[in-house]
This record gives sequence, structure tokens and C-alpha cells, in this order.
Amino acid sequence: MALLEVRSLVKHFVRRHGLWRPPSVVKAVDDVSFSIEEGEMFGLVGESGSGKSTTGRCILRLIEPTTGDVLFRGENVLQFSRARMRQARRDMQIVFQDPYSSLNPRMRAGDIVEEPLIIHKLGSKAERRARVAELFALVGLDQSHFMRFPHEFSGGQRQRIGIARALALSPALVIADEAVSALDVSIQAQVVRLMLELKDRLKLTYLFIAHDLRLVENICDRVAVMYLGKIVEMGNTHTLFSSPRHPYTRALLSAVPVLDPDAPRGRITLDPTSFDARAPLKEIGESHWAAV
Amino acid sequence: MPVPLLDVQHLTVVFDGVRSAAAAVNDLSFNIAAGETLGLVGESGSGKSVTAFSILRLLQPPGRVASGRVLFEGRDLLSLPEQEMRQVRGARISLIFQEPMTALNPVMRVGDQIAEAITVHERVARAQAWDRAAELLDAVHIPDARRRLRDYPHQLSGGMRQRVMIAIALACHPPLVIADEPTTALDVTIQAQVLDLLRELRARYDLALLLITHDFGVIAEMADRVAVMHNGWLVEEGPVRQILRAPAHDYTQRLLAAVPGTRMSGNGGPS
Repeated sequence: MALLEVRSLVKHFVRRHGLWRPPSVVKAVDDVSFSIEEGEMFGLVGESGSGKSTTGRCILRLIEPTTGDVLFRGENVLQFSRARMRQARRDMQIVFQDPYSSLNPRMRAGDIVEEPLIIHKLGSKAERRARVAELFALVGLDQSHFMRFPHEFSGGQRQRIGIARALALSPALVIADEAVSALDVSIQAQVVRLMLELKDRLKLTYLFIAHDLRLVENICDRVAVMYLGKIVEMGNTHTLFSSPRHPYTRALLSAVPVLDPDAPRGRITLDPTSFDARAPLKEIGESHWAAV
Repeated sequence: MPVPLLDVQHLTVVFDGVRSAAAAVNDLSFNIAAGETLGLVGESGSGKSVTAFSILRLLQPPGRVASGRVLFEGRDLLSLPEQEMRQVRGARISLIFQEPMTALNPVMRVGDQIAEAITVHERVARAQAWDRAAELLDAVHIPDARRRLRDYPHQLSGGMRQRVMIAIALACHPPLVIADEPTTALDVTIQAQVLDLLRELRARYDLALLLITHDFGVIAEMADRVAVMHNGWLVEEGPVRQILRAPAHDYTQRLLAAVPGTRMSGNGGPS
């Protein structure tokens, strides 16, 4: 059984245009299905507005999906009561993109990491403090940083605090929503290395949401490519990157700059009329799916 | 050896604090020949944007140029009277910013913004300036340029706004354009289009480009030569192939090793 299974997830946002004009519907997530096995690093890639972040947030019900099912260990979390959902979130945590806005500027680092333990009423004060110390060590922060405020940390350190907070409750699934996008490349490499280390050590499963294809190619086991709210291609990372089948995936991959100045630039421009936007995903090879 | 178009010599920029001054750029020297593209790479805080602002004398206090010379077309820009400096900015050296939404005026029509860039430097009638603005929008491949002139920035997509920025930068046909992270805020497919456009315009107008970026991929696509900055110091400079394939400095090696993507270059990924 997959750890997480998303079935026909739909999220429509209704945009109102004033009193006299009819509202319009934005199909941010439009019938998305995928599943993630335990211990897997699953990449969800796409450009801005593709619906990848909305998908991540719908899974945690930070945004309520319009329709669909989200099965976590076989149970449909969309039918959970508020209290039950809060329990479930112990197992599903998120690391956000912006380490500047996702940490409370008025809380000390130690308190930020401790807060989930307090909310879930875990352990005594002393036990919680010991756990925070453990988490700090885990993400490579010094204990002397407990009393500091977020602004006293660099971007990379802040993201480590965000990761420590996400790991406080020992989740099984971590949703990393552009978790390293805002970081400089050398810091990004450190944080990614940390996330991979923690995955092995704590047996974590990741939903890694990103727009950086080079990064995803490097670290993910499987990848799904989103375009205008739909998954247009999904498969093993190597297969998908070496033989992309959907016109959008091809255009996207061809747009990534390569580090070789002499590499041939076979830029493929997407012709939206060249494919059927409503075509369903179908299996086109061994664990390789495309909407063609 | 021909005289370079831009010759920065021993530039030092400091930010004055209460008790002491912090150096943002230390003894930086580099040059750019006419028609050449120099990529200035570094991470946040390396001093690359401060360098660009210093060249154009747009640095705000507490930042100031402590020493050095910026020779451009035979004159030291740092010692020009402000009046003459204004004739350089936009007309001889123009700047493309990272974030087109904040760099464009939100309450001014795109056409007026391009026309303004022209009329500031040249005596032309408004109608003529609008004609030229339309040609420029055409040159940056914005379809239906005439009609688009009447749009406000919020009516355009991110990629289109960056094209408008480029049109403004090219309005007076400057020999040198400084592009500060011109594609960083854009999606990868849009980035590819903007880079293609810059490459095309560079050839067409024989532009020299000072391309400031943190992305070695963009460098590989665009630059002839590369200068690598770290903590305000120039650590390495050379032809793009040499820097990417056989970086000499330890910092450049580490930076390149941190770039994800093993597909082409054989550089190590993050693991």
C-alpha cells in the first residue's frame, strides 16, 4: 500500500468580478492523481500557476480541495474531523519556501521548534527541551542558537529551523514546497544534502515540490510534471528526463540552461495546439505515464 | 590592445556604519570590450549588484565608492559632474533590473515609459517617440505592439514585462547594457525566451553586456568571459569555457560543484 495516494484531486477557485459580471472559475488543480510509496522522494514540478503548491496544500488540507480523495496509509484524510485531522498532521508536515515569512519573527528559535510539541501536548517541559536539543543537533544547528530570533539567522539556517520544526513530531511524510528555492546555490546544496540524510536516517517520505528541474533530476526517485492544473507526465526520474514524451515536458526540459557553452541548444517551443489538453494520463512504458 | 569600452579599475565600495565601514567591494578590476558579454557571478552578498550600482553612480548612502576608477568611453564616470552622468545613464549605459514589476511604473502606460526613456535624452515629439516605442516593442517580439503601448504593466505577464524593460533599456541604443539578474524571477521556459531575445538583440545592436547572475546555466548560455565574486572580492576571471570546465579557484570549484545537474558538464551534484 502506498503511503500517500491522491485520487482525482480537484481545486477550483472562484474569482468574482464585481456585482454585475458572472464569477469565473480557475481550475488550479484539475483531476490530479498520483501515489507515493514509503521511503520515496517524489518530485512534483511545474512552472508558476501549474497548481503544484495548491496540490501540496490540499493534501494537508491547508486549503480544502473541491473534490477528490487523499488517502494516507489507506485512510481518506478529507473525511477526517478537525480533531482527527490535527492528529493526522503529526504524520504529515510541510516545509515552506520562504524561510523569512514562515517563521514567527517574535519567537525564539527554540520555541519555534518546540511549538508543535506543545500543540500536540507531548512530554513534559524538560522532555520537550531535550527533544528540541536533539532536533537542533539533527539539522546541524548549535544549541547556543536556542534563544536567538529568526532575523539573527542566515537563510540556510532559517530553513534548518523550518525543517527541525517539521520533524519535531516525527512525521512519516514531509511536503517540501519549494523548500530550497530561495537559497543560494551552495547553501541549497547543503540543505538538500541534509534533507537526503534525514530521509535515510528517519525513514522519511518526501513530496518535493519544485520548479528547478536540475535539482529534481538529481534527488527524486519519481517525478510528475504539472501543467495548467494537470499532471501531463509522470515516471521514474531517469526515464522521464531521458525520454520525455509529452510536448510540454519536452519544451520544459529543453528550456533548462545547461552548463556547457558548446552544448547544442535544441530549444523546443511549446505549441499548445499540438496536443490535446484534456487527454488522460496513460501508461506508455514501464511505470511511465503521459497525457498523450 | 584596443581600449575596452568599460574599464573598472581598483573599485572599492564601502558601507559606512556608526563606528566603522564595511567593504562591499574590494579592489575590483575588470573590463568589457565593445560587443562583449561579461558574466559577473556570485551568491547573495558577494557585491555584484553593488558593483553595477556603483558603475552607474546609483549607490545610495550609507554606501559609497571609496576608491577606484570607472573608465567608460575615455572618461572616468566617478568624477563626472552629475549633469553629465545623466547623459550617460540610459543613453550610453542602461540597466535591466531583476523585478520588472517593481522597476516599471504601475500607473504609467508602457508606451509612455518607453517614450520617456527616449525624450529624456533626445529632442523628439511625443508622436515620434511613440512610433519608436512601437518599433522597440516589435524588436522585443511583443505581438500587436501598437495596441500594447496603451497597456499598463499589470496587464502584462512577467515575461512580457521583462521584454518591456529590455525595450526601455535599448531605447537610445546604448553600447553597454547592465542586466542585473534579468531572468531570475521568471519561469524556466520564459527565461529561455528572454535569453534568446537578449542574444538576438546583442548581435543586432552590437551590445556589450554586463550580465549579473547567480546562475551558471545562464552564464554558460550567454557569457564570453566570466568574473566570479565572493564576499566583495574578485576571486577568478577568465573565458567562459575555462571557468566552467577548469575553474582554478577553490571557491569557483565549490560553487560549480553545488550546481545541481550532472547531465552535461560532469560537475558533481549536491550529494
